[in-house]
Amino acid sequence: MSAVLQVSGLRTAVATADGPLEIVRGVDLAVEAGETLAVVGESGSGKSFTALSIAGLLPAGATVTAGSIRIDGQETADLPEPARRRIRGAQIGMVYQDPMTSLNPMMRIGPQVREALTVHGWTAAEATRRTMEVLDEVGLPTPGAMARLYPHQLSGGMRQRVLIAIALAPRPKVLIADEPTTALDVTIQQQILQLVGGLRDEYGLAVVWITHDLGVVARIARQVSVMYAGRIVEQASVLDLFGAPTHPYSAALVASVPPMRGTDRGDLPQIGGSAVPLADLPIGCPFRERCPQSIEICAEREPDLLPRNGSHAACWVEPGDWT
Amino acid sequence: MIEVRDLVKHYRTRGRGTVHALDGVSFSVGRGETLGLVGESGCGKSTAARLLVQLERPTSGQILLDGRDLLAGGHRSRSGRGRRRSRTIQLVFQDPYASLDPRQRVGDALGEVLTVHRLVSDAAGRRRRIGELLEMVGLPAGTADRYPHQLSGGQRQRIGIARALAVEPAVLVLDEALSALDVSVRAEVMNLLARLRRELGLTYIFISHDLGMVRHIADRIAVMYLGQVVEIGSWDTVSDAPAHPYTAALNSAVPVADPVVEAARPALTVRGEVPDAARPPGGCRFHPRCPLAQPICSSVNPALEPFGPAGTGHRVSCHVVESAQRPASDLLLAHRQEHSGE
Repeated sequence: MSAVLQVSGLRTAVATADGPLEIVRGVDLAVEAGETLAVVGESGSGKSFTALSIAGLLPAGATVTAGSIRIDGQETADLPEPARRRIRGAQIGMVYQDPMTSLNPMMRIGPQVREALTVHGWTAAEATRRTMEVLDEVGLPTPGAMARLYPHQLSGGMRQRVLIAIALAPRPKVLIADEPTTALDVTIQQQILQLVGGLRDEYGLAVVWITHDLGVVARIARQVSVMYAGRIVEQASVLDLFGAPTHPYSAALVASVPPMRGTDRGDLPQIGGSAVPLADLPIGCPFRERCPQSIEICAEREPDLLPRNGSHAACWVEPGDWT
Repeated sequence: MIEVRDLVKHYRTRGRGTVHALDGVSFSVGRGETLGLVGESGCGKSTAARLLVQLERPTSGQILLDGRDLLAGGHRSRSGRGRRRSRTIQLVFQDPYASLDPRQRVGDALGEVLTVHRLVSDAAGRRRRIGELLEMVGLPAGTADRYPHQLSGGQRQRIGIARALAVEPAVLVLDEALSALDVSVRAEVMNLLARLRRELGLTYIFISHDLGMVRHIADRIAVMYLGQVVEIGSWDTVSDAPAHPYTAALNSAVPVADPVVEAARPALTVRGEVPDAARPPGGCRFHPRCPLAQPICSSVNPALEPFGPAGTGHRVSCHVVESAQRPASDLLLAHRQEHSGE
């Protein structure tokens, strides 16, 4: 098994008035070439900060405090800043939810893509050639004309394609996508999902796709990590997550989505309660107060991610013992 | 109970010309029924919501409530607008945070509605009613003393619903009311809406881009595209055997949280994006993106005609589907097999 991206023990903290607050609390993940790993979670689960930590794009005040981030076996977490920036920028591309805020409104499309190359040492001539090539790869018609437009002259779907072009221009091995289709209409989302799936297959990209949408998980990924309160609580194949979840939180999450088949339209199973704020994490399992399966030990020690029925779950209670 | 007849809303804009937000929309909703309005951006579903609750006036058309024309009379003076606006249809927004005053306690926000509409006579009655409303939406009485920022997204949306219920409406227009919520919270609010509908005999117009949610709650579904209704029918027919090519594309585009279903179903991708509503295409508005389009589709806009067995109320506006008398879900599959080499 050769994972292109291998993250282990990742911890990230943000500075707050009350001192540092850990929002990613020990995350492990691995993605192979040509694979998509979905990272699913609700607001506050730490999924976006996990993505930003890996891409090396954390906002001011947030820092990776521990852990290893390897790309093709090479450790990048303990490199000095300039080297880390160079390696991650060239090897990891990132796309965000809102293309309008990540594109420069004053700059034409072509120069924005070119810039992503020249900062990584591409010569002017190579960068120009690659810009046209990558605009074509992301399915923008007439790349030459497109390069001369400003972001506001493009539709939302086209802007997202430009963002993908910028991320993929330096031919990275890893693409990190943080909810890039959430703001798009579903027919456009479908086009983008197909585009990224195609590029992944063609170039052997390792894709990490952050989402809150279980439908998107089912459509694009083979492996999935479910996050809750800054940690991965279940790591499974997509088929297992939906077919035989091994953590009570993922089981509840999967059950709470209305089915698109059948005629049962009764009440949806609900989880109840709300996520504990990271600033007031209780001792023990952070999900225990909402958990129908909790037992004594859940209030004493936080469980580690352990093998469970072919998946991994951070839960003291085995699915066979669930009530 | 509600009947919308040939509703048109055009906006004149400085740069884009006239935007055709709604172009001849008609539908009716029975008492206690839930109509789902589905569509993507620019389809006019939010404009329809604003017209229904009379936040805006249509360019033309009628909205009848129990046979009474809501737009007739014109006695809505500028000063009395808030009070005179019909109390019977209330709107629940997507983002309750944006519609709640951050400096106002929840109890005061609800109390204000009660006072403005003269629904309570004294402070004790007001307090009692606030307690009832909070209980109705499943919140503890103590919530009245809290500020919006102290509440979770789900709790805020419950307040949004309580505020709409304060005036004892007959109809709730829910405009993307669940879209901003986390998956687990969405299920709770969905169940709450189902319970309130049962207990209070409410009628809902449930507007969403999420076909899965609409499928779960609606009795009938109307699908909108660029200011027009392209298909309307019972929830299971429209969702599971869509007749219009756009509905079929929408249905196929919505990712289903079931990898087995996902792997088995064909991807019916439509090309391009929704055109500018200021320059809607001639003929059928969907024709530039439609894989089934025929020459007639670019010249004649099809009417919303009955489709399938008589008496089902299923209607669709598509030349191709009407002449073939087969739903688009079938036709698109056949079309895809023919062109699978492309």
